[in-house]
Amino acid sequence: MNILELQNVAIEVSGKKILEDINLEIPEGEVHVLFGPNGSGKSSLLMTVLGIPSYKVTSGSILFKGKDVTHMPINERVKLGMSVAFQNPPAIRGVKLGGILDYLVTDKQEIGALMEKVKFPPEFLERDVNLGFSGGEVKKSEVLQILAQKGDFVMLDEPDSGVDVENLKVVGNLINSLLSEKSALLITHQGHILRYVNADKAHVLIKSTIACSGEPVNILTQILNEGYGWCMKCPKITNLQQKQKISPLH
Amino acid sequence: MSKDHESATKAKDKPAALGPDINVNKFTRETKSWESCPISQLPEDVLRRAYEVGIVPEKESRSGTFFQLDHSVTSRVVQSMFEGKAEVMSTADAMKKYNWLKDYWWKVVKVDADKYTSLAETKWDQGYFIRILEDQKVMLPLQACLFISTNNLDQNVHNIIIAEAGSESQLITGCTTHPNVNSGLHVGISEFFVKEDAKLTFTMIHNWAEGFDVRPRSAAMIEDNGVFVSNYLCFKPVKSLQMYPTAYCKGVNSRVSFNSILYGMKDSYIDTGAKVVLQNEGTRGQVVARTIATDNAQIYARGFLQGEHDASKAHLECRGLLLSDNAQIYAIPELLAKAKGSDLSHEAAVGKISEEQVQYLMARGFTEDEATALIVRGFMDVSIFGLPKNLENEIRRMVDITAIKAL
Repeated sequence: MNILELQNVAIEVSGKKILEDINLEIPEGEVHVLFGPNGSGKSSLLMTVLGIPSYKVTSGSILFKGKDVTHMPINERVKLGMSVAFQNPPAIRGVKLGGILDYLVTDKQEIGALMEKVKFPPEFLERDVNLGFSGGEVKKSEVLQILAQKGDFVMLDEPDSGVDVENLKVVGNLINSLLSEKSALLITHQGHILRYVNADKAHVLIKSTIACSGEPVNILTQILNEGYGWCMKCPKITNLQQKQKISPLH
Repeated sequence: MSKDHESATKAKDKPAALGPDINVNKFTRETKSWESCPISQLPEDVLRRAYEVGIVPEKESRSGTFFQLDHSVTSRVVQSMFEGKAEVMSTADAMKKYNWLKDYWWKVVKVDADKYTSLAETKWDQGYFIRILEDQKVMLPLQACLFISTNNLDQNVHNIIIAEAGSESQLITGCTTHPNVNSGLHVGISEFFVKEDAKLTFTMIHNWAEGFDVRPRSAAMIEDNGVFVSNYLCFKPVKSLQMYPTAYCKGVNSRVSFNSILYGMKDSYIDTGAKVVLQNEGTRGQVVARTIATDNAQIYARGFLQGEHDASKAHLECRGLLLSDNAQIYAIPELLAKAKGSDLSHEAAVGKISEEQVQYLMARGFTEDEATALIVRGFMDVSIFGLPKNLENEIRRMVDITAIKAL
């Protein structure tokens, strides 16, 4: 069974078309990676799956655990088992990290254990969430919250960006253990995180659609060797561009 | 005193520079007098309201208490273990006891500033005298309550607070009304004197009624190395509230910090701010305001920093959260530098709740309403007051039971 399925999804933000013709299937228990150059719409895809209202689904549907969630509020999708680690989460003054964890986990000891897992000192619970956090701290705090949420489908938006080499290992191993019993969609621009995470399948998002899918290692190697320029030459993309160019004439 | 009285009489019709003008003659002066009693013996409904503004009967958590009900002083005690460290009495008694009190009376607040200061002189209804003696560290907070239980009453108090040299103390003042009171006027004159090396933290909590008018008039004088922290909380509807306390950092290295959290509800008209005047070398000032306006509330959040000496520094920060299209927050920061070495700055941000923040919390499973409440609660985070942990937790609980429940 697919935990997540996107059928011909098109998305607009403020009236501007961002993504179109998105078809994606993630079978239960699999970890999928989404590659793509900056601005290709990777984060937009995640935000759409999560249900951020400014990402408007203009056609197609999103199925989560077989249920149509296309127009469901964020927190209800979360209740069904979705969770997200944001790339640039907002700082919220006065809202303590510990306060959020208290909401997610009733057992105080469990919070302590989770804090230890991400190597946060207990004082961190008193910090305003994301306020003055370093790049690495943001990533760890996001993973920590996801661990506390215990959802069975996890979306991670560039968990490796802005993380130094030391912390990359910590974050990478954390995510790998986090994903061992979950399904996931992982965005990575540079692919660093794949040194630590076992992924089942990769997709390349380019020119607002998914151009190809395949073995994560093969695709990453190709991207690292050739850059995304290689993807631009992909027949699917050139055809799409052709179609976009001539469409006004119809 | 007669000269003060003369000046006051001349100013009896003088409107205040800010805030809606009030006909001060429409209020009653008639009220019954209350017998002295320990606060634990006050009527249950009075105690409950007092508790909401930080006034507690427990002996263990306060070093002394002043309680004024309408025009009667019912408590003026210092716990025995703090005797010789602090003095608590009515200003009328203090006036009889200390001849020198005249040197503090109307010395930082002008008696003829407006019709309200005038009223406090011509129709003076007690108020507290609190003095922390030289070099004494009073580890538990002192508390003072100004309570109004008679509808349409005016209560015009004059408080004198003296932190003698080297002393350290906390003072909580709670001002509130009985649930049966809808209208009335509270005029509160507070003159603070923070002497050399003294530290005084003053936390004032207001909890008024929808038809009630409030006009505090306060000022502080801070001597060498003195530190004055003035915290203010108001989170119940009020008809009109206008105050603009001033702190004069007169001594070398003297410091002041004004922090306020205001929650304007219903038809409240709230015009508050703080002025800091830096008069010496090494003086520091800080004004932090968090304002929330909902329903039809109008809030003016002012701040005025005046640098009169080189090597002085002050910062003003105002954040406003607008929860209704019918409400309004007007942030008015002003800086006046009169010495080239004075470093003054401000930042102000007023707006609605960030959607991004709400969505972030919804992605953790909170409903939209829960997320909004959490953000508003965070916005009113009392940790900006810099209080000792116990007191901070106490005040946080108070905010929770009164303000948060309104969300």
